[in-house]
Amino acid sequence: MQVYVIVKHVPDTAANIKLTKDCDYDTGALKFVVSPYDEYAVEEAVQIVEKAGQGEVILVTVGPDKAAATMRNALAMGAHRGILVKTDDKFLDSRTTAAALKAAIDQDGSPDLVLSGKTAVDTEGCQTPYRLAAAFGFPVVNEISALELNQGRAVAQREIGGNDKEILELDLPCVVGASKGLNTPRFPKFPDIMKAKKKPITELALSDLGLDSGGADLVTLEPVPERSGARMMQGSVRASVEELVTILKDEKIL
Amino acid sequence: MPKIGVLIETENQAIKQINHGLLTAARGQGNEVVAFVLEAVSDKAAHQAAQYGAATLVQVSADSGDVLSSPDLCARALARAAQEYGVDGLAGLATAQGRDIFARLAADLDLPLASDALEVDFAGQTAIKSHFSGKAMATVTLSGRLMLATLRPNAVAPVQDAVQITAAEYTATGIGQARVRRTSIQKSSQEQMDLTEAPVIITGGRPIGSPENYTILKDCARVLNAAVGASRAAVDAGFAPHAMQVGQTGKTVSPNLYIACGVSGAVQHFAGMKTAKIIVGINTDKDAPIFEKCDYGIVGDMFEVIPILTQVLKETQNR
Repeated sequence: MQVYVIVKHVPDTAANIKLTKDCDYDTGALKFVVSPYDEYAVEEAVQIVEKAGQGEVILVTVGPDKAAATMRNALAMGAHRGILVKTDDKFLDSRTTAAALKAAIDQDGSPDLVLSGKTAVDTEGCQTPYRLAAAFGFPVVNEISALELNQGRAVAQREIGGNDKEILELDLPCVVGASKGLNTPRFPKFPDIMKAKKKPITELALSDLGLDSGGADLVTLEPVPERSGARMMQGSVRASVEELVTILKDEKIL
Repeated sequence: MPKIGVLIETENQAIKQINHGLLTAARGQGNEVVAFVLEAVSDKAAHQAAQYGAATLVQVSADSGDVLSSPDLCARALARAAQEYGVDGLAGLATAQGRDIFARLAADLDLPLASDALEVDFAGQTAIKSHFSGKAMATVTLSGRLMLATLRPNAVAPVQDAVQITAAEYTATGIGQARVRRTSIQKSSQEQMDLTEAPVIITGGRPIGSPENYTILKDCARVLNAAVGASRAAVDAGFAPHAMQVGQTGKTVSPNLYIACGVSGAVQHFAGMKTAKIIVGINTDKDAPIFEKCDYGIVGDMFEVIPILTQVLKETQNR
């Protein structure tokens, strides 16, 4: 099994994002992590290859030089090696990203399965798994919370709202986007972290892949102001609740 | 005026109410709206679509399979229908179905897509959407022959704008076989309104303490016509299924009213609900971060506050 896992280098979800002019943000003091949903994809890939008893888990990232350090965290989870397509464009559109991933994988080998997180938490696009699948001509499912591989077929479970789930079937090779619930990503132990430092990461430049870009263009990026603080209800619990209900009725919320 | 197609989500031949805001967004400043549905709908449903500005209602199918159970076939059939009706833009809801179908469509057609948009402007080909888990709002332009967008449910308030409606059917041919097939649906044992579609949500955090204790929130939710949510801490503690989780690694919601009980107010939780119109926090700790970022607060124990809230709501409804 050659399993490729798409991993994105994103700002830590707990971090404050300091926006600067021209649709950019300050990365100076910012901590970067593997996009949370991608961790489920890495864990699933490692388990699949462990179970098969043979094969390789290869991480593929499109990102800046610094993304290599983030990839090491995912390598410590048990992936074998990585490919980094380097670009300084923080908001590369998903069409170009998918084309870059396809080109990088084509140079490396032939995938039996491609896994990724269902979405990246920075740009919240939810599109790259689909565009990558289209580029390969593979079928795709996204937002998957359970996966079984059996004789060249994948059986995947997907939440469809209101606690209901659907079961989908598709042939391998395919692209599968991971959601929470797929597995419990492991915390790498110290020896795994040390081992990951020696695992190879091949670097390519996006500009060498000869891709045309273009798609959704970012025009402005503005901070979302936080609410300025709650108006607190006063008095006994009963009085507080009555005051709240009155306000909500006055505001036509109830 | 541009002509805009919308994918309308149906349930048992009826149009879900959540589509009204989508139709309003598509109508914009007088756009002609073509509503696409994936199953036959009742005359009443057609009238409902007309009330919100749909001039045409088209039932889309494919000759090679069932579009409702094959998402890839559905996306290809919808792309053909959009072409047949000559629409300039195509929009859907950012629900489990809409997110999937539109991403497939965008990938098949190699066109940009604004996903989970809060505002769309088809005439200007722009959309506003969240970045960095709701910490920033991005305005994007989408160039191309067909503007594609999914709209966050409840993000646009529905406005009635009645027009005459014509019903039609469209069957796509020559679009190949389905490669992704739904083999079954596992219905949950618990009837629960879809969180992303709910106009009101009441959420319990870790202090809820057990799955059974969600009953007090469910009782209140029945009076409020609300869905019940959970924080990540409550889900990780095993008190609620992941389907109920609101926040960074759960659902992103935009209800009119969001009541957070025993939720501390982590950045990751706010990422999933900060576009709610009104946020109410209920917490025993008067210094809880939730109170710094919500609209109204009550300091108190949810086990005491919520039953009284349920009681007061019942009293006011009966008056």
